[in-house]
Parts: sequence; C-alpha cells; structure tokens
Amino acid sequence: MTLREVKQLLDAEVLVGEDKLDMEVRTAFGADLMSDVLAFAKPGSLLLTGLTNPQVIRTSDILDIAAIIMVRGKHPSPEALRLARELRIPILITRYILFETAGKLYMKGIVGCLEKVESK
Amino acid sequence: MQANAKPLYEDSFAVEGGNFDNAGRVSSNIKSILKKMGLSSDVVRRAALVAYESEINIVSYSRGGLIHLRVGSDRVLIEAVDEGQGIADIELAMQKGYSTATEKIREMGFGAGMGLYNIKSFSDYFQITSEVGRGTCLKMIISISDAAGA
Repeated sequence: MTLREVKQLLDAEVLVGEDKLDMEVRTAFGADLMSDVLAFAKPGSLLLTGLTNPQVIRTSDILDIAAIIMVRGKHPSPEALRLARELRIPILITRYILFETAGKLYMKGIVGCLEKVESK
Repeated sequence: MQANAKPLYEDSFAVEGGNFDNAGRVSSNIKSILKKMGLSSDVVRRAALVAYESEINIVSYSRGGLIHLRVGSDRVLIEAVDEGQGIADIELAMQKGYSTATEKIREMGFGAGMGLYNIKSFSDYFQITSEVGRGTCLKMIISISDAAGA
C-alpha cells in the first residue's frame, strides 16, 4: 500500500515527508529497541515505534527505512524532527497504540520484516 | 586481497564521548560515502550498521574515539578505537543480553546487550581488543563480493 493509504488508515498526521506519500510499502517492523531494529528491519519498511529521540531517525537512515510511524500520539523531539527533515525521512504520527497500528496494517496486507527470530 | 594496495578511500572520523545528540552522524556520513562509491546496497547497509553500533558504543562508554574507514577493492574495513574504561571480560560482553548500560543509553533505544552481538553477526570478520582503563578497539571487515547484487 502507499504511504498515503497508511496515513488514512491510521488517521495519521504527516510531520515530515508530505512529498513522499506515493511511496509503496509492503513490510513493517515494530520495536522500541533500536538494536533490535538494526538486527531485523529490512530496507523500505515502515518502522512502528514509541521512541522519539534522534536515534530513531539515525537508525532509520542507516537502514533505509521508508517511513517512521510514531504510535500512541508521540511526537519527535525537536532534534529528531530537525534530523528527519534534513535526511528526508517521513514521520507519521498516529494516536493508535502499537498493537492496533500493527493490526490495522496487517489486515491491509502489510507483513513483518520477518515472522519470528531463529531459535537460540 | 592485496594488503598493501592503495585504498580506494581512506579517512578517519572523530566521535565525541557522551554526546548523544550527535551519535550516528559519523555513520550516516560513512554510509553516504560508500553509497556514492557505488558499492552494493548489502555492503553499504552492513558497513553502516556496524559503524553505527560502534559509534553508539564510543558515545556511550568512552571519553571519545575515532572511526577509521578504509575501502579496498575487495573489502570495507572499519576500525573503531576509543579512549575509555575498556572491557574487563570480553567474552561476557559479547554475550547477547549482557549490558552495563546507563538509563540514558537505554532511553536512546540501546543498551540491551545487542550491540557487539549485532556487530559480530553483520561483519564478515570481527576482532575486539580492550584494555581496562585505556580503551577498546573494534576491527570489522565487510567483504565486497562480485556476486552481491546491488
């Protein structure tokens, strides 16, 4: 689905990336632990998170994340917002909680970057 | 594998200890350098990722350090050297989930004991040396194989 459809589905506010709403996304990863995002998220995915600091933006830049969805109505810190604008990484704010956000996306065909981690 | 061959690119970048606002800036820069050099997206991504986890470690646990980037025809070498407390038990530090992180580091979304583990698993070669009270040195190699598509 497109970022525009994601925006409508999640009743989201677009803080950065109004010009990128036609981008197609197919996968997503949700976590508040950036080391896990680094380990598992795939390029071109949505990142669903409740973290709002500049490291969320840096992590997304390193991984070529398509867009960041900040859940539970969280807003990025001023430094994070500045960085997202500079690096041109879209940020969408939704008031839905992480569980509901993931569920709504999943029902529309968005799948996880992986289903489960390997054993051990 | 010509160790003495002239590198295609070589530079060092300073990383400030304790400055969380800037943490990741060097790695973003390294990523765009490698991207511009036309390396495959897999190589760029893995190199940027290990640089970033290293940079977070330097910011989190040291007074400061350097990240050294050297690109050859067959490999990207990244060395992260810091001046700081060092690591007493490297085997323990390498274990998934082991961490000495402060609350500040955890607030940033790190400090869950995944950093060194991630660095090791995304590198083709990884070496860590450390001296307590002096600092830590990480050496990471990402191989550039002709087979890897962009």
